[in-house]
Amino acid sequence: MKYAVEPPRRTMIPVDYYIILSAILFTIGVLGVLIRRNALIIFMSIELMLNAANLAIVAFGSVIQNFSGQIFVFFVIAVAAAEVAVGLALIVEIFRTKKTIDVDQMSSMKG
Amino acid sequence: MTLDLVLFLVLALVAVASALGMLFSRNAVYAALYLVLNFVTVAVFYLLLSAPFIAMAQVTVYAGAIMVLFLFVIMLLGSDALPKSQVLPWQKPLAIVMSVLLAAEAAYLLVTKARPAGDVLPPTELVNTTENLRQLGNALFTDYLLPFEVVSILLLVAMVGAIVLTKKEKGARQ
Amino acid sequence: MITDWTLWLEWFIKSLVWIFALLGGFAYLTYYERRALARIQTRVGPNRAGPFGLLQPIADAIKLIFKEELSPAKAYKFIFFLAPILTLVPSIVIAAVIPLGPPIQLFGRQINLVLADVNVGVLYFMAIAAVAVYGIVLAGWSSNSKYAMLGGMRSTAQMISYELALGISLIPVILLANSMSMVDVVKAQGMLWFVFLQPVGALIFWIATLAEVNRAPFDMPEAEQELTAGYHAEYSGMKFALFFMAEYQKMIVICAVMAVFFFGGYLGPGVDKYPLLGPVYLFIKVFLLLFAMIWVRATWPRFRYDRLMSFGWKVLVPLSLAIVFITATGILLAEETGNPMWMWAIPAASVIAGLIPVVTIYRTLKRLSYERA
Repeated sequence: MKYAVEPPRRTMIPVDYYIILSAILFTIGVLGVLIRRNALIIFMSIELMLNAANLAIVAFGSVIQNFSGQIFVFFVIAVAAAEVAVGLALIVEIFRTKKTIDVDQMSSMKG
Repeated sequence: MTLDLVLFLVLALVAVASALGMLFSRNAVYAALYLVLNFVTVAVFYLLLSAPFIAMAQVTVYAGAIMVLFLFVIMLLGSDALPKSQVLPWQKPLAIVMSVLLAAEAAYLLVTKARPAGDVLPPTELVNTTENLRQLGNALFTDYLLPFEVVSILLLVAMVGAIVLTKKEKGARQ
Repeated sequence: MITDWTLWLEWFIKSLVWIFALLGGFAYLTYYERRALARIQTRVGPNRAGPFGLLQPIADAIKLIFKEELSPAKAYKFIFFLAPILTLVPSIVIAAVIPLGPPIQLFGRQINLVLADVNVGVLYFMAIAAVAVYGIVLAGWSSNSKYAMLGGMRSTAQMISYELALGISLIPVILLANSMSMVDVVKAQGMLWFVFLQPVGALIFWIATLAEVNRAPFDMPEAEQELTAGYHAEYSGMKFALFFMAEYQKMIVICAVMAVFFFGGYLGPGVDKYPLLGPVYLFIKVFLLLFAMIWVRATWPRFRYDRLMSFGWKVLVPLSLAIVFITATGILLAEETGNPMWMWAIPAASVIAGLIPVVTIYRTLKRLSYERA
């Protein structure tokens, strides 16, 4: 599962840079979930967090020269697609009953 | 400063700026567009990380399908900005403090503890070969065959679930 | 990073050639379409400006440039401005992976007649085609008008649905070529064009591309009778011209892609000896495929929207999945038995599979027409 031939060592970017970038993006996603009230934007923030994690995984995989990182990310992308389909359907359904997508208004258990 | 590093820094700036843009835009459509920009930049990072297949999958699935679905739903529900509501006024400052703590903690832990030895090498001609892609496919369909099948079932279930959730019941009001 | 400046120069010149070819192609495609449509409808078509009306596109361009630009008062200005650009760019960007011919020798160096030979070329095509939706959606939304909005929504739903069939119908090509690089796909067709091995795949791809570029009979987003002009109802002058340009450039590019995937790309007699014949063959193939598109427009009425969606989801997607299965089985049989004749089972089984929905639809429509009478 290693690359066919070891690529020649040239200029490089420390993997720390990718990790820090990924951490920043993840934090922005967390902030989005915590401070936004629009259900759609909260959902987008979750997607941003997934992406930040993906970036870190691919960076690690690239450092250890292994395909596993890419394959995990492939699965994450597929699961994200499934999650979005169901999540958006739920949001549409909530909008139909509550007439709003403000999460603060969704405070009762009954529809 | 090599050209690779300059490219990385510029892209990182765009990625962070577009993520912040998503966080702060009042209109959901603009938020979605900032997020699309962010996803495309992440796809370019994948290219820099020698993962062209994942880069293309990222653009096709995230930018092409998921975000279009988001835009579609935003337009369906009306894209107007929500009125400012203050149900939990102490939540916002607390959230900001906690997230800064989280970011510092995550960066510290990842850099000191979970750090793999080595640097990210720039992509070479080898990445752009069919052989590379073939090895990826082989790994996907041998070592990771079971997860692959599970994901396909998951996608089917999600599809059926989405249809059941949004389908209006026969004879229902409206 | 590449520091060889001659390589940069080479890329720059190739990009410039593509952009000018597409611009010129756009101008004369409008002329070609009007003349061909007129011929089919036994009219004459534009024949006043210059010999045979050849200067007509230039006259049209001057007219469009000097028209007044209007934008609705309540439009979202920045996105309204951005949308035509977002529609135009993907149609040019796809061209980067289309091989124009075999490598040639020029100035003592080998020059590949393709801008970028990437190993994920087919995926690249899919990715750009997926992103192309944004321009139209945003045009519809930012106009802040109900007709434009409805046109935009329709085209989003249509393009997402048909993208699936488009993508799945390319899997047989990848399987047959054993590579995702466009250059390898062309090289693999040296013996036989893929249209003979996978005719149903070619047909599905063709139908899906018609829906992707919003051409008749799938031009629902801009159905004049229902939506005035769909997503570009509020656009005028040069901004409208950009949408117009995007549609025709997309037609050219997608016909070139079709030629590469199913009609042997630049291959033809004598290409090995004279590599410069490659672009000529590709041009001829694109020319003929464009005629087929115009012909479809002249012949077919517009689909009803619900039928369009059920055709995409209930016929094209299952059928393309079936042909993926058939192609994979055929290749496996040919490899396992060592008898290449098994490859001919692929077109045979595919055509049978393709006939099932055709017969079913025909019988259903016939029954419906009896019930109505």
